[in-house]
This record gives sequence, structure tokens and C-alpha cells, in this order.
Amino acid sequence: MDWTDSAAADEARRGNQQAFRVLVERHSHAVFRLAFRMTGNEQDAEDMVQETFLRAYKQLQRFDGRAAFGTWLYRICANCSLDLLRSRQSRREAQPPETGNESVHWLDRVAAREPSPERLTQSSQIADLLQPALKRLSATERAAFILRHYEGCDIEEIARTLGVQANAAKHSVFRAVQKLRRALEPAWGAIR
Amino acid sequence: MSHLDEEQLVEAYYAPDEQSRMHMRGCPECRAAFERVQEHLDALRDYPVPERGPGYGGEVWKRLLPQLPPVRKPRAWLRLWLMAPAFATLLAMAFVAGMLTQRKAQLVGTPASTRERVLLIAMNRHLERSQIILSEIANGSTAVLDFPREQERARDLLDDNRLLRQAALRDGDAADASLLDELERVLLDVANSPAEMPSRDLEALQNRIDNEGLVFKVRVRSSDVRFKGQQL
Repeated sequence: MDWTDSAAADEARRGNQQAFRVLVERHSHAVFRLAFRMTGNEQDAEDMVQETFLRAYKQLQRFDGRAAFGTWLYRICANCSLDLLRSRQSRREAQPPETGNESVHWLDRVAAREPSPERLTQSSQIADLLQPALKRLSATERAAFILRHYEGCDIEEIARTLGVQANAAKHSVFRAVQKLRRALEPAWGAIR
Repeated sequence: MSHLDEEQLVEAYYAPDEQSRMHMRGCPECRAAFERVQEHLDALRDYPVPERGPGYGGEVWKRLLPQLPPVRKPRAWLRLWLMAPAFATLLAMAFVAGMLTQRKAQLVGTPASTRERVLLIAMNRHLERSQIILSEIANGSTAVLDFPREQERARDLLDDNRLLRQAALRDGDAADASLLDELERVLLDVANSPAEMPSRDLEALQNRIDNEGLVFKVRVRSSDVRFKGQQL
């Protein structure tokens, strides 16, 4: 059946699982993209997709239709991924470093992995540096940046998703950009 | 107006305002700095994401469907629960092995990898079983939930949970100890509630599980443990 998102959400709220299936099939790709960018890992992203739809299903009564269903869903996905990143981060912080390398500042480590200037001629090489650099951002910075840069969310939306004040959300985006620009310093010469 | 700082330049990239635009029109220095920010941020647009095929939505649905409440598969759960005594024995062995290898390791330097593997298996089984009971309760209503059965399961899990929590504390794993502590409090509540649970009490318990994100935390940790077990 050719439901709009809003009609399908209404139907699903009334217990129609086929309506929810329509929403799952329609939004899975986009939710996966966001989850992958947030977690940087395919397996985690798959887990986040499952968790997002499961939470959405359980919280359907709370979806009031003021925002688009997709926006609501992406907010859930961002929150699930944030929970995951924070729990991983707190586990890392709770455990002693495994090697001497762990005590080296992340910027130094990214810089130490830098390829030679000759190799840094394609944007794919920037992507190679981007992944580890993103993983070194705090969970909030990473989420704020992904939502702003790739999902096109405005500051208010990001603040609502992260549960922080607008100024804090704005500053998180800035800190993320600042750290990324520095971490990718070796690559910038190549894109001129 | 003084020069735009880096934060203003970044803001101007995402949401340009008239004031910044005006300033940059008359300030070549800020314009150049902005163009550099723009160049860098544009370069970050291509973040490769693994492709998912056209049938991906259907695959997600297939995986999701069995998890949607109120679908229940008692027979599948039952098989797992019939193995509970085996898991309990495994866990006890892990605990004893832990005590022994820890003492031996001090004397002859025996590696503790066997103990770690056994503990990971026990932890994974325990978390999987806990996830089942938490999901059943979180998604059930008084009409469909077989609460006495869940209480029996919770009681079965409590001993294992205590042993694992002690092992985590002994190993200095504060995160696991904290998760198991949180889990233990919910299991205790389930085990000690009246068998005929009023719906408002069940709702309060469900809210607690939901608010603490316990099912999710258990699932994430279970997935981590499974992954770590595969690496050993």
C-alpha cells in the first residue's frame, strides 16, 4: 500500500505491523548511513539500525507528527549511537591503556600515520584520515558534527537530539571541526 | 569590526549571516580564511559509507520482526533455558578456574587466557539470557506476560549475576561490575515482586528498564563480549 510516512505511522500506532514494515523498508538505507557515520563500523551500524527501529516501534505513541517521521527516526538513531559511543568511551576510560601508544595524544597518532605528500592527492586519502580522526572525537562532538555536516541539521535540532543547550551544540560542532582540521592538516596541501 | 575568528568562520560555512558576508566582502584576509575553511569542510563531504543493496530494507524487517512486541517464541527461549544448569556449571568452573589460575599465575606465570575465555563465554550466555527476560518484561503486559515464569528465570540468573559481578570487581572491570549491579537490582525486583503483579507496578518496572536503557546496555555489552570471545 502506498502510505505516506505520516499515514503509515498512524496505522502502525494502531497495531498494523505492515504499516511499520513500510517505514522500515523506506528508511533503512538512510538510518544505516547515519549509524555508520556515527559509529564508523559496519557491525555496530547494523546493530544501531535494529535498535533504532525497535525503539521507534516501542515509542510510536510518542511520535506526535510535528516533525517528519524521518527526522524523528534519525534523532532516535543518533541517540542510540551516542549511547553506544559513550558506553564504549567510558569503558575505554575505565580501563588502563593496553600499550604505551595509548598515552600518545590522538592528534600525534593521526599525524604519525600520515602518508607521504605524494600519496595525498585524492580525496579518498582524506577519507582514510577522516575515519580515525572522527573516532577520536568525543561522542557529543562526533554526533554534533555528523548531524550538522552530513545530515544538514540546524543547531536547534542538534541541541534537542543531544539534550544540550543550543550554544553547547554549536560549540561542539566547532570543536569537532577544529580538531578535524588539525588532524587532517597533512592532507590539506594535496587538495589545493 | 574585528576579524572573524575560526568559530565564526565555521558558523558562516553552515549558516551564513548577513553580518559575516558584509565583513568578508570588505576584508580579503577573512575571505581567504573562510575559503580555506570552506575548502576543508567541502573535502570532508565524501565520507564513504558501505553500500547496501536494494533489498536491504526487507532484510532489516526480517531481522526486526521477531523482536517486535508482543511476538513471543516460548519454545525457542525454552531450549536456552533448559541449558541453564550447564551455564551455571560453566560459570562456577570459570570462577574456580579464576581463583586457581590467579594463584598459579603468581607462582609459575600461567597465562590467564583460558580463564578469560571461559569467563567471556559465561558472561555472554548470562547477558543473552538476561536480555531475554528483560525484553519479555519490557514488552509484555499483565495480560500476556507469564510473570511467575519470569520470576523463576530471574532467580536462576541471580546467582550467576553475583558471581560474574564479583569476578568483574576482582578484575578491576568497573564498567562490567556497574552493569551487572544495575542488572542485579532489576532481577531482584522481579524475583521478589508478587506473582500477581498489578499493571501499574509492571508499568513502573518497565519504565525503569526503559529509562535506564538496560536492554540496550546489556545488548551492547553482549555484542562486545561475543566479539572479544571470537578474537581470543
